Amino acid sequence: MATLEAEALRKSFGGIEAVRGVSFAVQPGEMLALIGPNGAGKSTCFNMLNGQLRPDAGRVRLAGRDITGLAPRQVWRLGVGRTFQVTATFGSMTVLENVQMALLSHHRRLGGLWTPVRRMDRAPAEALLARLGMAEQAGRPCGILAYGDLKRVELAVALANDPRLLLMDEPTAGMAPPERAALMALTASLARERNIAVLFTEHDMDVVFSHASRVLVLDRGTLIAEGAPAEVRANPRVRQVYLGSGAMQGGY
Amino acid sequence: METLVLQALSGLASASSLFLVASGLTVIFGVSRIVNFAHGSFYMLGAYLAWTLVTSLPRGHLGFWGGVIGAALGVGLVGLVVEVLLLRRIYRAPELFQLLATFGVVLIVQDLALLAWGAQDLLGPRAPGLRGSTGILGMRFPDYELFLIVVGPVVLGLLLLLFHRTRWGTLVRAATADREMAAALGVNQRLLFTSVFVLGSLLAGLGGALQVPRESVNLHMDLSIIVQAFVVVVVGGLGSLTGAALAALLIGELHAFGILVLPKITLVLVFLVMAVVLVLRPHGLLGRPQDRAQPATGGAEPVIGPAPRPLLRLGAAALLAAVVLPPFAGDYALSVLTEIAILILFAASLHLIMGPGGMASFGHAAYFGMGAYGAALAAKWLAAPMELGLAVAPLAAGLFGLVFGWFCVRLSGVYSAMLTLAFAQITWSVAFQWVELTGGDNGILGVWPAAWATPKLVYYYLTLTLCIGATLLLRRVIHAPFGYALRAQRDSALRAEAIGIDAFRTRWLAFALAAVMAGLAGGLFAYAKGSVFPTFLDIPRSVDALLMVLLGGVQTLSGPIIGAIAYTGLQEQLVRLTDLWRLLLGGVIVALVLFFPQGLAGAARARWETRHGDA
Repeated sequence: MATLEAEALRKSFGGIEAVRGVSFAVQPGEMLALIGPNGAGKSTCFNMLNGQLRPDAGRVRLAGRDITGLAPRQVWRLGVGRTFQVTATFGSMTVLENVQMALLSHHRRLGGLWTPVRRMDRAPAEALLARLGMAEQAGRPCGILAYGDLKRVELAVALANDPRLLLMDEPTAGMAPPERAALMALTASLARERNIAVLFTEHDMDVVFSHASRVLVLDRGTLIAEGAPAEVRANPRVRQVYLGSGAMQGGY
Repeated sequence: METLVLQALSGLASASSLFLVASGLTVIFGVSRIVNFAHGSFYMLGAYLAWTLVTSLPRGHLGFWGGVIGAALGVGLVGLVVEVLLLRRIYRAPELFQLLATFGVVLIVQDLALLAWGAQDLLGPRAPGLRGSTGILGMRFPDYELFLIVVGPVVLGLLLLLFHRTRWGTLVRAATADREMAAALGVNQRLLFTSVFVLGSLLAGLGGALQVPRESVNLHMDLSIIVQAFVVVVVGGLGSLTGAALAALLIGELHAFGILVLPKITLVLVFLVMAVVLVLRPHGLLGRPQDRAQPATGGAEPVIGPAPRPLLRLGAAALLAAVVLPPFAGDYALSVLTEIAILILFAASLHLIMGPGGMASFGHAAYFGMGAYGAALAAKWLAAPMELGLAVAPLAAGLFGLVFGWFCVRLSGVYSAMLTLAFAQITWSVAFQWVELTGGDNGILGVWPAAWATPKLVYYYLTLTLCIGATLLLRRVIHAPFGYALRAQRDSALRAEAIGIDAFRTRWLAFALAAVMAGLAGGLFAYAKGSVFPTFLDIPRSVDALLMVLLGGVQTLSGPIIGAIAYTGLQEQLVRLTDLWRLLLGGVIVALVLFFPQGLAGAARARWETRHGDA
């Protein structure tokens, strides 16, 4: 069964139809890229999947279960990890504490008033950070971390609840090219290892074509192409959207 | 019918006066995001200056109107000085620090006014040409009130013209809508902020000056007007001029008619209105959501860790002194020490919601007072012994914390803080006006400790144990997952939600926990004093708590403790040393804000960290 199914999603803001009936599915262990020029509706789509936006119409199903309209925190409880386009971490906590928070929340231990956090879920948090190559940064506050490292922290946090689905909104934005490839390779190997379905949006076509197992192309709120990277790259409509009259359509 | 019309007219006159003050406040906030507590002081200064000018200038139109205008300009000048010397340096500081600084100005102005004009109420002359009254529906209505009714709309019209027809006004509106963008477009912020502040102060001064023929000029004008002006500004929506006008109208009229219908409700009415408006419209009548409030400290909050060794040693030494020395202290010193222990807990409870919680409360005294009244009412009506009273206190406060908190923690920033103030004022007026139950202004007497705890020393030890125990418990909570969850939602609401943290619930429970602890402090305070009074939950007490927390430093866990000791000690000493303690305290506060923007404990830690490398 598909991990995630989006069915005829629609969303308008005022008179603007940002997403007009988008349907797709993500399979376990798959790296699915959602691409499209600026304003194509990628982020809107994304935010409807984990409950940050409520779709006007359509359904979202997670492993067959209807999750449309659930709050993000409920969606997370069902096993969906999320990273943001602009990283969101807890700046007053160390890298380790950030991961511990996600673990504690996963184990429903956040109501605790007595035992100090530094004694809780420490080992698994350290293990997770080690897997992401962040062990050395564990004690540093997130408030002073370099951007690329923050992206890794986010990934560690998103992995803390043993997700079956990872939603990554522009996971490599703001990173240097070598860092990008490393992070995506890491993500891909984690996805395979843990059989996680990964859906990500991305602007960097190198990243998309070298790491995605399948690609969806969105333009002005509708899916215009879907398939293996090579197919999509060869698709004339995609070429037109991205290259053809790019200036007029706001692409690049 | 006639009465109603006259009442409506007098409501319009007060609305007009209220608008003059509130308009300045809202314009200043809109551009500089400064919550200017000193605005009421400018209003008072306007009244005093006008009184001096009008009584010393030759009588007649020129003398009177010249005096009023002169006073307004003079206050504008004072505003200029305050802006350039103080506020300009702290625009980047957290909102609450600016509040603290302006509160320092309030204290300074109070004593300066006392020095210059004395403590007695001053009565000014009436306005020439407007001394009479006009017949309306067969009743007499003072001409001066009619004049005031006209002034409000005229000023509103002029301000709107200024903001919509001049280049300067356009810049002001641009900065109000998006300060960063205005700065990025090359607007000279310094000049803009200064000029806006001067304009706002001038309006406050004008509002005060125009009150001279209407009421006596006294030293209480500042705080009484500032609270009302805040209410108007918040109800109208921060930064919205038309909103302020609308809100002033609403509150002026409600006040006028409230007196007719239910004289007792007048004290609470404005706050009820504010509470209702904020619950229904979280950004006021015409306000827009604020751009994401900057984190309480401007930058990233520091990480919290176990206390460094020297701090632990210092704390242990202080505690040891607090245990060993009191048997040698006199009764007076014991009372002071007992009070300090209570205030430490009070400050620590507020710190929980302000520091880790990232919320501001202007009405924390409500829960302190609720604890005190809970204990006192149990003693008075149920003849409850002290032990039971001390159990009732935190429970009663916690219960109200749950109810009020449910509304307050939904809002953000200044709106949330103002709603806490509204609830505190509502409880205050209930304590003040429900004489049958609470004894009103006379309070409840005879709230004595149990026989075993009557000796001052024993009661001190009891207080010390409970307060320090509760404070350490709060510390523990901050280090525990719940405290981390609280900080998590403060640091990043987006991330907190994305990992399953219910931010609302976390804030709500923290608010209630803070209320419980404040209630315990209040209960202990009641038995220490042997009586309770409405002043236990009035605004000055809430301000005390705020000052203690900010003085110590919001970001450090030891901040509230140090703040409580420093503030109480300072006040105690200053009151004993000099009559001008407000002037000195205000000066100290201003100096602290300028030179120790992280509070005392924060400054100490910064020194420690620079000396010992990374924390």
